[in-house]
Amino acid sequence: MLGIDDFWVWSAYLLSLLSTLLCIAYGAVMWNRGDEVPSNETAQWAEEEDKLGKEL
Amino acid sequence: MSPTIMAAVALLYVAALVYLGFRAYKNTHSTTDYLLAGRNAHPFVMALSYGSTFISTSAIVGFGGVAAIFGMGMMWLTFLNIFVGIFIAFVVFGRRTRLMGHHVQAHTFPELLGRRFDSRFIQAFSGGVILIFMPLYASAVLIGCARYIETSLQIDFQLSLILLSVVMGLYVVVGGLKGVMYTDALQAVLMFGGMVILLAFTYGKLGGIIPSHQALTDLPKRIDQEYQQALPEVQKIAPAGMGEAETLGWLQARLDELKLVKTMDDSKKAEFMAAHPDAGKVGALVKQYPQVVNKVAVTGVAKAGFRGWTRFPTPGTNFFYVLFTSIIMGVGIGVLAQPQLAVRFMTVKSQREINRAVPVGGIFILAMIGVAYICGPLSNVWFMMKEHGGVISVVKAGGNPDVIIPLFINDALPAWFGPVFMLTLLSAAMSTLSSQLHVIGTSVGRDVYEKGILGVKEHPRAVLITRLGVFLAIIATFIISVVLPEGIIAAATAIFFGLCAAAFLPMYVGALFWKRMTKAGAVASLLAGFGVSFFWLMFIQNVKGKLPALLANSLLGVPTILPDPIFGIHWNWVEAIMVALPVSTAVAIIVSLLTKQESPDHVRWCFEGIRKGAPTRSR
Repeated sequence: MLGIDDFWVWSAYLLSLLSTLLCIAYGAVMWNRGDEVPSNETAQWAEEEDKLGKEL
Repeated sequence: MSPTIMAAVALLYVAALVYLGFRAYKNTHSTTDYLLAGRNAHPFVMALSYGSTFISTSAIVGFGGVAAIFGMGMMWLTFLNIFVGIFIAFVVFGRRTRLMGHHVQAHTFPELLGRRFDSRFIQAFSGGVILIFMPLYASAVLIGCARYIETSLQIDFQLSLILLSVVMGLYVVVGGLKGVMYTDALQAVLMFGGMVILLAFTYGKLGGIIPSHQALTDLPKRIDQEYQQALPEVQKIAPAGMGEAETLGWLQARLDELKLVKTMDDSKKAEFMAAHPDAGKVGALVKQYPQVVNKVAVTGVAKAGFRGWTRFPTPGTNFFYVLFTSIIMGVGIGVLAQPQLAVRFMTVKSQREINRAVPVGGIFILAMIGVAYICGPLSNVWFMMKEHGGVISVVKAGGNPDVIIPLFINDALPAWFGPVFMLTLLSAAMSTLSSQLHVIGTSVGRDVYEKGILGVKEHPRAVLITRLGVFLAIIATFIISVVLPEGIIAAATAIFFGLCAAAFLPMYVGALFWKRMTKAGAVASLLAGFGVSFFWLMFIQNVKGKLPALLANSLLGVPTILPDPIFGIHWNWVEAIMVALPVSTAVAIIVSLLTKQESPDHVRWCFEGIRKGAPTRSR
């Protein structure tokens, strides 16, 4: 396979390519998922940070 | 390529880094900006920053050279780095790390663990481990980079160290994590371009993918055939009546003598050669028949388990243990609990950014590690061509794997690739180093000083303290690079990787996935992982399968306290993580189950962010 005789080596070569394809496929399917509205806590956090920044 | 052109390219590059550092400085107003890039990083920037921090020069040049010796079995590490280091890390760990990190308002990796288990000790101890060991690891990267500048730009080594420290100081101290991530992204693009060109040229020059692999597979047979052709000449000078194995052993001994002669001054050389006439005869023979050295080298490594560049080493041998436990498991799994990488997940504002970062990270790692581990072994096919020396890579490199990749690039690629590869390597080193310095600085400022010593939640001068921490980290790394021997630094790097996996991984997994894990379980696991790892590396493990264990050597005068196999396993060749990680995992589970469950309110609060994906309550 691929000019490599040993199963344990060509399988690693193929798995490297397949895992990259898995990453690409995951990204393609999930591209627009997972967007969140900023939580109350994040908003509060940002406010505190701004205040702190001004104080500094 | 002339040093003037190289220097001009390097100056342009430095100017771009300083500009990005300045941009980041203008956009850094708060602690969150400084520590977590404002939690608003672009997915491409996040993924490229993660990837370029992950990959240092040693992953390309050092491990690429090692792959030229071990062969393509190293591709298992490529697979693990993509599947575990990117896919599992981003998809499984990334989401929870980000949600819990935001919810408990953690700014650093130790702070996340400390808050989850409500323990100042965990945060301060983890910060302390980073503070003590990461400068050693960072100095290994700094030395590698300065050595490269020394040879490519012909700038004095000490001056290179100073220049690097100043440039990085400029953008890490003032730009914070934004500075680190902006420059990382630029560096990642340069690294990507450099490595893709390298792969295209390597496959192109060797006749394509399958023919080049086939040539590599056929190499041991070819080495044997070429040796047989030279055998009559060998037999003329070798003592009569020897079998093949004995003859090769005799040749090896003479070649070792020749290596020794190279280190002598002229008067001693003549004296030595007069006393060892056979060495002179073998020297003349290998000049005419260099293939003899190939056969001797391959026979030597075959005793350690080598079976060819496209075959996995014989199980149970030295090569097998080093390849399987140190390289593949140690580095492949150890990456999950690296503080400078885990903190990246807390820099993005939603899961969408992490989802989008997955393909970018996967492709990037394939282009870095995959290319290095393909081109390293294939360099043997190139150097075996008569016009390029007719010897295998390790022979061409005089036994030093670190120079195989640079030699291959100088020999096989066009001259214009010199500056491109210089930028690739500088970028690889500086992107790793800048993140290390940032993490050390935040450990000093946030974890050890603010939490460990002062015990305050938020110091009013937090940014200033952390900037000071980063500044001190640069000074410390610089001093270590100048003062400590490189052997100790190399061992410390291995210790750091082992420690991160054994001390942090069970606690990190438990923090994110197991509500029943208790503070006592986490502390016990942290200490057990640290203790076992440290003991193993100091007294038992021969790093790289051959270096003596540091304390066993200096205190007891032996390379290891476990020289003989137990249950058929050579424990001194086994990487610390293989022992320390199961121990720290077992300790985490047993102690957690034996101790009283944490307050349900606290556990609920920690997991609230993950449960809802959008937290609502502060504490």
